[in-house]
Amino acid sequence: MGILEVKGVNKRFGGLQALGDVNLSVKENSVHAIIGPNGAGKSTLLNCLVGKLIPDTGSVMFDGQSVLGRKPHEINQMGISRVFQTPEIFGDLTVMENMMIPCFASRDGAFRMHAVENMMAEKDIVERAEKMLEDMNMADKRHMHSASMSRGDKRRLEIGMCLAQEPKLLLLDEPTAGMARADTNNTIDLLKQISDERDITIAIIEHDMHVVFSLANRITVLAQGTPLVEDDPENIKGNPKVREAYLGETA
Amino acid sequence: MFGLNKKDSALLLLVAILTMLAPFILNPFPSDSGLAQFNAGYPDLMQRFVIFGIFAIGFNILFGLTGYLSFGHAAFLGVGSYSAVWMFKLLSMNIIPAIVLSVAIAGLFALVIGYVSLRRTGIYFSILTLAFAQMSFALAYSVLTPITNGETGLQLSLDDPRILDSANTSGSLPVTSLFGLEMRSSFDLVVGPWSFTFSVGYYICAIAMLLAFYLSIRIFRSPFGMMLRAIKSNQQRLNYTGLNPKPYTLAAFVISGMYAGLAGGLLASMDPLAGAERMQWTASGEVVLMTILGGVGTLIGPVLGAGLIKYFENIFSKINDTVLHGWFGILPDGIEDFLVSIIHPFVGKGWHLTLGIIFMLVVTFLPGGLVEGGQRIARLFRSKKKTDGADAAKTEPAE
Repeated sequence: MGILEVKGVNKRFGGLQALGDVNLSVKENSVHAIIGPNGAGKSTLLNCLVGKLIPDTGSVMFDGQSVLGRKPHEINQMGISRVFQTPEIFGDLTVMENMMIPCFASRDGAFRMHAVENMMAEKDIVERAEKMLEDMNMADKRHMHSASMSRGDKRRLEIGMCLAQEPKLLLLDEPTAGMARADTNNTIDLLKQISDERDITIAIIEHDMHVVFSLANRITVLAQGTPLVEDDPENIKGNPKVREAYLGETA
Repeated sequence: MFGLNKKDSALLLLVAILTMLAPFILNPFPSDSGLAQFNAGYPDLMQRFVIFGIFAIGFNILFGLTGYLSFGHAAFLGVGSYSAVWMFKLLSMNIIPAIVLSVAIAGLFALVIGYVSLRRTGIYFSILTLAFAQMSFALAYSVLTPITNGETGLQLSLDDPRILDSANTSGSLPVTSLFGLEMRSSFDLVVGPWSFTFSVGYYICAIAMLLAFYLSIRIFRSPFGMMLRAIKSNQQRLNYTGLNPKPYTLAAFVISGMYAGLAGGLLASMDPLAGAERMQWTASGEVVLMTILGGVGTLIGPVLGAGLIKYFENIFSKINDTVLHGWFGILPDGIEDFLVSIIHPFVGKGWHLTLGIIFMLVVTFLPGGLVEGGQRIARLFRSKKKTDGADAAKTEPAE
């Protein structure tokens, strides 16, 4: 039994069957990659996991509890954090403030009114945020306006913000899309380090095979909304069905 | 000071000094000079400056921090005024219960209207708040006449119960007071040709504004304030960080509604009558203008914006053709008439035109409002000083 169990999930948009009978089991503390050609339903599946979409049928269980029908912030509070394809950070805020918000979220829950306390007097939050910034090698950027950073730094900050909540499951939606080679390699190293050092499960959607094969220890191949195979990376490389559906001539 | 950092304390102190010395600062011209009509230091106008300052400070907590643009905030101002006048009619002429009730009722109204309106964002939210405010206006104007006295407006009368006050035998309407200290009482200080008026009402309002300003600084610097800025910046990320934006925006909406209620209650405390026109959409638009003109999301901006607009409304609107002819009287007749006819559309009843031009210029060239203008000037001076300093350092060894 994995930490995330997807069973018989279907999702239809009008005449398009985006997901057809998807079963997926993500084991605890693994790095599970979901790959597939464009339009295979990867993003739809991800949106079903975080509460953005509700599947027509099927069940999604996380840590023994159903996530269906819950709002995104409730699912996040259960322990699922999501990294977006384009980094979603609070661009108008400083790097430090960006990091403090998830710290508040994990300490105080979805809503707490502290309107007259001084933000910087919250010692435990400040300490936690600073430690996380140091872990991310961003301590020197703490007073920077976060919108003015490079794409790679924004991605690093976003991952850091997700980790600051100490989630059980980290979902990454094409974390290296549109990145330069150097930034991609940095991100791979960062993710490797995270999965080695922390007690965390990572599920990753990715196009870049270099990223997938350097990180994943389990791979699910999605094609036309249905899982084709689920196996270890070595076997996926040699699987003729996968070659045909996805890797094609490039493999 | 009071849990604020150095910069904020300095700002609070500056505002405190300016408001306390306002009767001097706003009356720079001797009362018998031709420029005396530019003096703004009379109690009625000074009260308006600080009361609308409170209104704009509260509006800025919603609009400046969360980015939700409400077009219906005048409804809360009006509700506050009605509540206060009812308190004067039924309970007592003391302003404390009146103001407490105005803030509470405005807060309740804001809770209901906010709960419904905040289901939508962006332009739809603005339209919903506008609709609610117009509904409140229409109700106050017609259907709810028993409560609001319709188009005449709610006023005091001699046979009101006023259960806490002793029986009124004077035959004239009672006046609002703070434990016996009458709001309209004032003291004139005459220094040579100058005359300064210190009114009790103004100082009560000024203290209320200082408290409101202080609270707004605390909110801006609190974790709650940071969450509100995060809502403006990226709601998607906030949702996926396990935070629910809705109660945060609703809380901001209610707080800013209560500020508006306080402003409405103070307006009624200074002059105990309340009319439906206080809730009209033009009044809601005015507070938006004040905030944008002064600087959205800045601490001091809304107060400056409120002051500027109220100054124009009361001072510029009084410059009529007779005054203009007085100014240009020494010029030859042809030129005099020509100048008067050119300036005429911009002053007197045309003061809106001047305000509109200023608003256009500010939005185009100073998107951060008057505060940005001030910052630019300050930066100019600072960089000048710095280069001067550098020059001095360079020349020193040579000497």
